[in-house]
Parts: sequence; structure tokens; C-alpha cells
Amino acid sequence: MADEVILLDFWPSMFGMRVRVALAEKGIKYEYREEDLRNKSQLLLKMNPVHKKIPVLIHNGKPICESLIIVQYIDEVWNDRAPILPSDPYQRAQARFWADFVDKKVHDAGRKIWTTKGEEKEAAKKEFIDVLKVLEEQLGDKPYFGGDHFGFVDISLITYYSWFSAYEIFGEFSIEAHCPKLIAWAKRCLQKKSVSETLPDGKKIHGFINDMRKKLGVE
Amino acid sequence: MVDVKLHGAWASPFSCRVVWALKLKGIPYENIEEDLPNKSKLILQYNPIHKKIPVLVHGRKPICESTIIIEYIDETWPQNPLLPSDPYQRALARFWVKFAEDKGFAVWTLFRSSGEEQEKAKNESLESLRTIEEHGLGNKKFFGGEEIGIVDIAFGWMSLWLGIIEEIVGVKLLEAHLFPRLYAWTKNFKEVPVIKQNLPDCHELLLLFKGVREQALGSSSSSSS
Repeated sequence: MADEVILLDFWPSMFGMRVRVALAEKGIKYEYREEDLRNKSQLLLKMNPVHKKIPVLIHNGKPICESLIIVQYIDEVWNDRAPILPSDPYQRAQARFWADFVDKKVHDAGRKIWTTKGEEKEAAKKEFIDVLKVLEEQLGDKPYFGGDHFGFVDISLITYYSWFSAYEIFGEFSIEAHCPKLIAWAKRCLQKKSVSETLPDGKKIHGFINDMRKKLGVE
Repeated sequence: MVDVKLHGAWASPFSCRVVWALKLKGIPYENIEEDLPNKSKLILQYNPIHKKIPVLVHGRKPICESTIIIEYIDETWPQNPLLPSDPYQRALARFWVKFAEDKGFAVWTLFRSSGEEQEKAKNESLESLRTIEEHGLGNKKFFGGEEIGIVDIAFGWMSLWLGIIEEIVGVKLLEAHLFPRLYAWTKNFKEVPVIKQNLPDCHELLLLFKGVREQALGSSSSSSS
């Protein structure tokens, strides 16, 4: 019986992108369904009644929610190719730790850059750069966070790259100036089809954020 | 030489999670009690990012964050599994562990605040309890089914620490008539022998937490370490 894989998603979401990258890495065919977050589908509300959020992966009728949990699920089910998590338990714990760090720190700091002004914005910029510097240090001289192979932590962070140029424009700063190794890592990841064919162009994200700022009344 | 060391704190529910996981699997370990206001240099070395306990050190390798530690323990010592073997069930378990992590802090906010902030935290906590009872536990005895698992361990703080907070703050959250299944779960959870034998002393905890709340309300800023 062929697998039925449906992804409920929203094109600018860096969380949704993580799942798209993972599916592409594994070469899994799936149906992409765009959600209008102001008018969520009955399917989304039924499949994620607790949070009512995207992304939701529906595999043969069963929903899996939360992007990093979905990525781990994909890795465990399609375990015959392109491993995403390492096989060693200690390395897996390290990967989970750093993906958790990305989740806890990058999103909120980034969001504050385009939703605040003045002093608050400057503080957000500093926090964002500090977080990226910690990640850059963790990367060290490895080609990927996963070592020689693109993996779980890489997937958790690379999807923010499409948002970077928007952060830079609204924050009036250059991420590359502060974290050159991290940008080099991002460009290395973009050489992979699974990443380059998933991440939207930075300009599109910038346009999206412009619209959001108007709606939120941030100017 | 004991290969497994746990840097923890007796009163911490996060620390207890790891104790329960180790005991359920029968893993011998050395417990190193950390004085939280004066963390040892080792903690700062093992967990430079968050500087928090618990930290499990296996051989010379440190693992941080309680739920990550539990997955590590489960993968390293496969007896008495704490996560299901089926990938879909594992994803569900991880979903509820994350829910416990993300939503649990509302109760701690309630504990450390007063007035409007406390009222808001109380409503958020009640909402979370409703969700857990209806969607998480359902009609099961334990979150893990017939036996406790990682989700039960993640929610373990509700079996003791929640009651302590309710008593000190004078706010009832987990009431039997409102949340019958969750209430029954707290009783069943505490009866599991490993849990029963590894809960902090109620009175000691009450005393400690009373002091923490006094301090929290006494300080003018609402931020905490």
C-alpha cells in the first residue's frame, strides 16, 4: 500500500520549512496544503486540536505535530536513507540539545527585531547576535552542525536563513559581519537541493513581514 | 567506580525526573547534590549554556536538559522502556513531553506572582489542565498506558509540587470534581513503587517553597534566575 503523506503548512513558516527540508532529504512524495492562518481549515483544527498550528504532517491519516517532533518521526519511519539524527545516543542528545536551543532562543529574538522599535529593537538585535555567536562557536570548524553530514541541528536552524535578510533590513545590521562562519555554513547548506528548493527567497519573506508589520501597526 | 553521576537538587522536579528514570531502569548512579544559589564549577563547565541542573554525566560525557537526559537514558539502557517503540506513539509521547515543558511554567508564574499576573497564570494553568485531561490522558490509567513512561515522568511535578504550590498560594487548581481523570492519575502515579520511594519530603518541600515565594514577592522586579 502506498503511503499517503500530507503536509499542512504556511509558506513563510520556518517551522514548516523544517519539515519540507526533511521530506526532501528523504525523497518522500507528499501533498502540500497551504493554510490560511486567519481562516484555518477544519482539517487543521481536527488534526491539531491542542495548538491549532502548522506544520502538521498527516501520515496515512494520523497527525504528527510540532516541527522537530515531525522531523524525528520522518527520520524514524524512513530510516533506510539520508539519516537526520546521529546513531550514537550521546551525539543524539547533543543534537537534541542544540535544536532545543535554536527553538528557545532564535525565534523570539528574531521576532522582536521586526516587531519593536528604538531601545527594545536594539536590545533584540544584540540578543539575536549573541545567540548566533553561540551557535557559530558550537559549529566550530565542522562543515555542518551534524559534523560531515547535514543533520538535525542544521535543519532546525537553516530555515531561519530565508528570514535573515529581512532581520538585517529591519534591524539595520549585517549578520555576516558578526557571524561570517555561520553565513558560510548557510551557503553550504543552500548547495543542497533539499534546502535550496525549499527556502523561499529572502525578498518574498521581507515582503511578507512588511505586510505583517502594517497589520500589527509597527512602523 | 560508578560510571553514572547525576548533578541534581533534591527539591527540583526536573532533577527528580532523572532520578525516576534511572531507578525505573535499575541503573546505579552517584547522586551529587548541588546547592542552587552556589552552583559548583562542574555545573558551569558541564552546562555552560544554561548553567542549570540536572546534568547527567556518563563516563565523562555530560548531558543536559531533563527530557533530553531521559531519552538518552532510554536509548543507552533499553530495559524497561520509557518511550514506546512505535514511531507514531513516540511522536505522541514527545508531543506531550513538549507540552509539559512549554505549559508548565504558568504554574510557576502563579507561584511567584500576585494580583493580575497571578490571575492570568491561574487561568492559563487551568486551561492547560483541561487540555491534558481531555487530549493527553483520556481514559488511560497512565499517559504511558498500563505502565508509566516518559510523559508520566514529565508531568510528575503535578503529583507533588503542584499541591505544595496550591497550599502555599491558597489557590486550588487540580480539583477532583473538575479533573477526575488527572486527579486519579496523581494518586496512581505516586503509588508506583519507584516514584513513592523517590519523592522529596513533603514538609521539607513546603518549608522551602514558602521561603521561595516570600522572596519572590518581596523582590521588586518580576524576573528570576
